[in-house]
Amino acid sequence: MHLTWYLIVSALIFCIGAGGVLTRRNPLVILLCIELMLNAANLALVGFSRVHGNMDGQIFALIVMVVAACEVAIGLGLIVALFRRRLPIDVDELRELQG
Amino acid sequence: MSLQTFGWLVLAFPLAGAVLIGLTFKLGGRIHGLVGTLAIALSFASAIGAFVKLQDLPHESRQVVAVGWRYAVTSGLDAKVSILLDPLSVFMMLVVSGVSMLIHLYSVAYMGGDRGYSRFFAYLNFFVFSMLLLVEAANFVLLIVGWAFVGAASYFLISFWYRRTTATAAGIKAFVINVAGDVGLVLGTFFIFKHSGSLDFLTTFGSVQDKFTHNDGDLVAGCVLLLVGAFAKSAQVPLHTWLPDAMEGPTPVSALIHAATMVTAGVYLIARMHPLFEQAPTAADVGAIIGCLTLLIAATIGLVVTDLKRVIAYSTMSQIGYMVMGVSSAAYAAGMFHLMTHAFFKALLFMAAGSVIAAMAGIQDLDRMRGFRRAMPFTFGCMIVGGLALSGFPPFSGFFSKDEIIALLLARGDWHIVLGVLGYVGSLLTAIYTFRMIFRAFYGEPNEEARELEHGHLHHAEHPTNPMTGEIEDTDVGFPGPEHHIAEWELPMKLAMGALAVLAIVGGVVQIPKVTDALHTFLEPSFADSHIYATLEPSGTLTWIGLIIGAAISATGIFIAYTLYVRRPAVPAALRSRFAPLHRVFVNKWYFDEGIDLLFVRPGGWLGRFAATTFERVVVQGALVGGSTGLVGLASAAVRRIQTGYLRYYAALLLLGITSLGAYFLVSA
Amino acid sequence: MAEVIFFIAAIGAVAGAVGTVALRNPFYCVLALVCHLLALAALFLLLRAEFVAAAQVVVYAGAVMVLYVFVVAYVGGADEPLTGSTGSPLRLASLLFALALFVELTIALVGTSLAALDSDGSPYKAGFGTPAQVGELFLTKFLVAFELASLLLLIAAVGAVILARRRAGLTEPHEISVADVLRRPNITAGSGAPETMIEAGGPPQR
Repeated sequence: MHLTWYLIVSALIFCIGAGGVLTRRNPLVILLCIELMLNAANLALVGFSRVHGNMDGQIFALIVMVVAACEVAIGLGLIVALFRRRLPIDVDELRELQG
Repeated sequence: MSLQTFGWLVLAFPLAGAVLIGLTFKLGGRIHGLVGTLAIALSFASAIGAFVKLQDLPHESRQVVAVGWRYAVTSGLDAKVSILLDPLSVFMMLVVSGVSMLIHLYSVAYMGGDRGYSRFFAYLNFFVFSMLLLVEAANFVLLIVGWAFVGAASYFLISFWYRRTTATAAGIKAFVINVAGDVGLVLGTFFIFKHSGSLDFLTTFGSVQDKFTHNDGDLVAGCVLLLVGAFAKSAQVPLHTWLPDAMEGPTPVSALIHAATMVTAGVYLIARMHPLFEQAPTAADVGAIIGCLTLLIAATIGLVVTDLKRVIAYSTMSQIGYMVMGVSSAAYAAGMFHLMTHAFFKALLFMAAGSVIAAMAGIQDLDRMRGFRRAMPFTFGCMIVGGLALSGFPPFSGFFSKDEIIALLLARGDWHIVLGVLGYVGSLLTAIYTFRMIFRAFYGEPNEEARELEHGHLHHAEHPTNPMTGEIEDTDVGFPGPEHHIAEWELPMKLAMGALAVLAIVGGVVQIPKVTDALHTFLEPSFADSHIYATLEPSGTLTWIGLIIGAAISATGIFIAYTLYVRRPAVPAALRSRFAPLHRVFVNKWYFDEGIDLLFVRPGGWLGRFAATTFERVVVQGALVGGSTGLVGLASAAVRRIQTGYLRYYAALLLLGITSLGAYFLVSA
Repeated sequence: MAEVIFFIAAIGAVAGAVGTVALRNPFYCVLALVCHLLALAALFLLLRAEFVAAAQVVVYAGAVMVLYVFVVAYVGGADEPLTGSTGSPLRLASLLFALALFVELTIALVGTSLAALDSDGSPYKAGFGTPAQVGELFLTKFLVAFELASLLLLIAAVGAVILARRRAGLTEPHEISVADVLRRPNITAGSGAPETMIEAGGPPQR
């Protein structure tokens, strides 16, 4: 397959993820959408790695996965902390950093 | 020890004295007086050493520069800390340190009992250091530094009794006028430096013929600005108004600063810069004319003032007018000669005046002094000696020096003859006002204080008062002390006055025309590059005529004063009413103070008030401060609206940023 | 054959993505993402990245998503109402931004003349994408990245524990958190103008 197809799929998933980040109010779902965007990037990386015959892209993709895992851990930890303090789990309500 | 070492020692001793006294000011008693006097005595000894060493050098190479360290030497600039040791500076060093030593000795006794005794000697030593720095400077930078220090020292000492408002006002007035002169000096230096490229004196003087044409515009401007500086320091018209007010300072200060040394700095400046002035004769002529004007104006005012110290102050102004006139007309040795003799007899006159004022318990009003002749014989003797020297009565020193200046002016020819004739007129007036002062204070029926003194009891006022305004004061720090010292009872004062009296009598021997030529020869290496100095000499007949006329004028003046104030005391009052308008002009000091007030002080005040209220409020606070902060406030208020606190809003902005970035790169590709 | 699998996997991925974004219940979103990840693994296999695909399934879909499920179960996913306090303008604008980005990327991809995009890629080397090669690269060329990644995992683990632990002391009844204080009006009833933000009850409103 031409690489172009893979890249278009990647772009599509990325934009869907971006739209989700902007539209949803539940921080959990926002994190999920961020995962979508990361995955889209992974797809692009692996695609280019295949085209060039170079393993570097795949390694990069693995590292991205590691980072995504870490970020998810922290993000979920935050949400659990929020839940514990009985704060609303809604990004529109959490706006102390305004002004 | 070499010449250079002596040169540096002359500077080091007064500075060390000032610092030592300043650091140990808590020590009481008269120790600081002795320390200060010792410092200056050592400085004088070093000056003598320098003099001796200078004479060892051959005649042509008697201009030695000793470099201390290089302050800012780059291309286009050569500012070093260096001193110039040549006959002129050694001469000035001797005069300054010698007279200062005697005045210090006088002050050891005179200022006794004053709560600020140590402070006085620290300031006095600092002043001597600054004056010596000024005369020893080998470049414009050090000259300006010394000039400024001397002005500062003058301020410290005029406002010495700092709780007296008249004293502090006088100090400020002196300082402001001096600063105006400083501006002239610095600007003049710049004008000259612009062309000469060097701040060093000898280099500048050597290249004056090459760098400047005759009467070059920039050189004339530079020299006139230097003259402004000289006039401010030497109290010439129109920058003279500070000198009479400076009599608020203690009498030794008046003797040292405002008679013998600081006010002669202007004369020294003109003499030192003589190559520049000879290349720009226009500026020299300005100096001569102003000197002449000053000597006449000051003499007329001296005829009518009634404060003892102010009479002597105006006479100082007048005599410096002679000196300025002399050195501006290339009579350098004569001007310096008069500087030396004037230092002697003027310091003596001030010291004697201090003694009389002490006998009057601080009152300086001539109208209240009478008949001190029998009560204070020593002071009277010194006053007579000083007065005769000032009036130019032969064979006192003032006779020879003043006559030499006038004779040289007449010999110079063309319009300088007018200056010479006016010099004789001034001489007559000098004799009259000097002896007016002496006859009024010492002759006639003894007044109350004199009678007390004859019985061996020094008069003490009930409450110490300000001599000018009559305000009641106390005698704590910041005001004069409770004790008064007169010469008859204090040995240090007697010694100092005695030494000066002897010098005033015999000081003329160094330059008796046609007999001795010591001073002229001594100073020649300094003026070797002058094309007038060596050749300007009055002819034999002119000299004799001058001497005779001078003697006759001074005798006439003394006789007139005697008639008016001793034989027929009613005449002065009658004259005053006959010439009332003229008298009013003289008493009001020719309205110079009022003129300066109108021209400078009032507009300055108005400008200051305007700036402080309107300008500050509208422009600075409103537009500049308010405007800029308002703008920043508006801008940040606008930007702040982005901070909504909504996470998704921020994410949207992020995405927008990425999109536009991508679009930019897409378009540019 | 490859094209068919590609299209199935691609459609599955996109469907999973849309589901994640559009479904209301967070639990369903998580499940949709799992589907998406599995489809993506299939795409990776097509691209001869075997190890990456395996890692995707085992690590991403297996571990990370399980973590997500646990948290969603704990926190509770209430159904989100459609409209929020920000209103539809922001929603509309966001969708537009996303669309704009997609259009832009497509133009970039299709309109460029990247030579590699049109070809079939380089010839397949034996051992491409195998764990052996990945391991070798990790331990030679990308050793620093490998080590840093492990450090990052450590930090993340410690951080997550700290963030989510039950903080002793703050739940005491008499101790107050700054958030509560700021929420409460007139906490320090002082006279005159409030001098601190606490007194004023928050930052100054301009």
